[in-house]
Order: sequence, then C-alpha cells, then structure tokens
Amino acid sequence: MSQKTLTIALMDAPYESANLTTAFRILDAAVRRGHNVNVFAYEGAAALAFARQAPHPNPVHGKNVAEENHPTTKDQVTALLAAAEQNGCRVDWVNCGMCVDERGVNEFVAGTRRGSPADFQAFTEASDNTLVIPTK
Amino acid sequence: MAKRTLNIVESAYRAVMEEQDDTILWLLAAMQGANGAHTVVLRGNAVNYAISGQGAPGITVGGWKQTQAPKMDRDVADLIENRNIPVYVIEEDLAERGIARDELIPKVTLLSRRALPALLADYDLVAHW
Amino acid sequence: MDQYLLIESRDPFESNDVAYYFELAKGLREAGNEVSLLLIQNGVLAARPSSRSRALSTLAESGVRVLADEFSLSERGIKKLAEGVIAAPIDIVVDHLEAGHKTLWH
Repeated sequence: MSQKTLTIALMDAPYESANLTTAFRILDAAVRRGHNVNVFAYEGAAALAFARQAPHPNPVHGKNVAEENHPTTKDQVTALLAAAEQNGCRVDWVNCGMCVDERGVNEFVAGTRRGSPADFQAFTEASDNTLVIPTK
Repeated sequence: MAKRTLNIVESAYRAVMEEQDDTILWLLAAMQGANGAHTVVLRGNAVNYAISGQGAPGITVGGWKQTQAPKMDRDVADLIENRNIPVYVIEEDLAERGIARDELIPKVTLLSRRALPALLADYDLVAHW
Repeated sequence: MDQYLLIESRDPFESNDVAYYFELAKGLREAGNEVSLLLIQNGVLAARPSSRSRALSTLAESGVRVLADEFSLSERGIKKLAEGVIAAPIDIVVDHLEAGHKTLWH
C-alpha cells in the first residue's frame, strides 16, 4: 500500500478514557506502516502533549517512580513523532488553541503545535481519510 | 470543492454550560467558516437541541456570575440560517422522548432512522460525534 | 457500493444505544454496502457467548463482518467468542482507513 495521509481527531483528556489507549495503538500502527498522520487534539485531548506531565510512584503497589514506569501521554506523543521520523513519514500534531488556553496547558512537547478548527478542516481536505474518536 | 461531511451528533448537554456552547456544533460552525461543507444529523439525546425555547440562566458561584449562558436551540438555528449547515433530526428519537414536531425550531429536517444508510452514501466523509 | 468500518466501543450491558449502531450496520449492509463492525474496549464484552451475543451472530449471518479487537479481548480474559465473531488486530483499523473506507466510531 502506498503512503497515505490519515487524520485522527481526539477529544479525551489523559487518564480519563480507554479511548486514548486505542487511539495511540491506531496511531502507532499507522506510523509503523509509514503513513503520514495528522492529529487534531480537541477539548481534553489538548492536554495530551502537555510538557509538564510527570510520572509518579505507586505506593499501593510499593513501587517507586522508576519501578512504576507510569505512562505519560506526552512521552507517547514524543515517541510517535520519533517513530514517524524513523519510518520516513510525519506526524502533524495540532492542539486546539482555545482548548489549550482554557485548560492552561500551553506548554507542548517539541514537534507539536497550536492550531484551530481551520487546521482540522484543512487536514480533512488534504487527507486520504479521517477518523473522529469522540468523547462520551 | 470541500469534501461533503456528514456529522452524526448524539452527545448532548455535555459541558455546555462550562463551554457556553456545544463544542461539536461550535467546531462545525468554525470549520464551515474555513470553507467546510458540513451537514448535521442530531440523534439520540441530541435531538433535544432542536426544542424551541430552551435554556437555563447562567450559574453563580459565590460572587462569580455567568453572563453568557448557552441556548442550544439558538445555536442549531444559527447553523441553519447563518452558516448554511443543514440539520436533520431523527424522528424516531424525538418520538421516543415524547417530543412533538411543533415543539421544534423551524427549518430542521426530520429524518427516519431507516433513511440514515442512504444518507451516508451521499457524503465523502462521515463523522460520528 | 461503499465500504464501511463501524467501530463500537460500548457494550449492550451498560448502554442501550448499542442497538442503534447494530441496526445502522445492518441497514448499511442491506443497502448493498460492505460493512465491518469492530468491537473494541468494553464493546468486546458482547462478544462472549451470552444472552446479548445473539445480536452479533445475527449481524454476521446478514453479511456484516463482525470483528473483536484482540487486545481488548485479552485485557478482559475473553477466550471464547460468539458464533460469527472473529478476533482481529488493531491494524484492521488502518487497513480500512488507508483503503478509504468510511470509518465511524461509536
């Protein structure tokens, strides 16, 4: 299959929904195949790339920070971008600006950017396909 | 020419007071302004958005008072009248909720659930919100 | 004729809106389209043979390809699937997206 450009819209905030686990699995699968991926991170998803997320220990299970190795979505985003570069494709990750502002999450990991609904519209026009993963 | 996109919206009254909008209808209005070609189908609880005369006053928290409380019927009418976004409403979902046709804002188009498959075929993209 | 992938993340035990989505899959199939239904996350709870799985088997009999995400099945310890349900890797979503199939999430 030739290289495609796919757009995925996300809405869920980190740590609140199983949707994001699935979303990252889909994104990873797309990038492993070498497809370009546009991500429009809307509403709570605008916090997925927030640079100030920090892992924590797990006192219930007696694990320190290193042992717990707690996932952060910012690291998953960074890893996705790195995988894209290795596979000869690109990820354009856009955080909806007003969603970022109202949540105060306006420090993003490198390689992601601030944007608007106009970006999502442009993404859908330029993509071979679009998947919206809504929140409930 | 923009891709014709059908947006099936079922999420209703989620964070609308905080956001002072339904964030999906708002997003679609913004995307339409960026040369989109969007159509909306209200289904499930979202059919309630088409009821005329709805809206709660802004909330107060201590000395803080909300001054721009949303009205969903106004926003649905705005999509139709000002943004050229047709709005369908699933008639079986209205009936199940005891909503009569004359309670709705004008210019929404009733659509049977059975007609959805044929409608999907008319669009380049379908998003389910 | 179009091709569709309908992704169902909800289960019929907690949500009675799953029936709408199964009806949509059936309606699209009856209209002559190729339709795949992928159960994901708690949606796979319907894939275990139970009082609620008959609806999935009926869909499969009508020509809808009924799939269940392997990861979600494993996460929930579901080993036996209802008649007509097939386990599938997440790559199936990318298969459909890259082929230009209309892909919806519920």
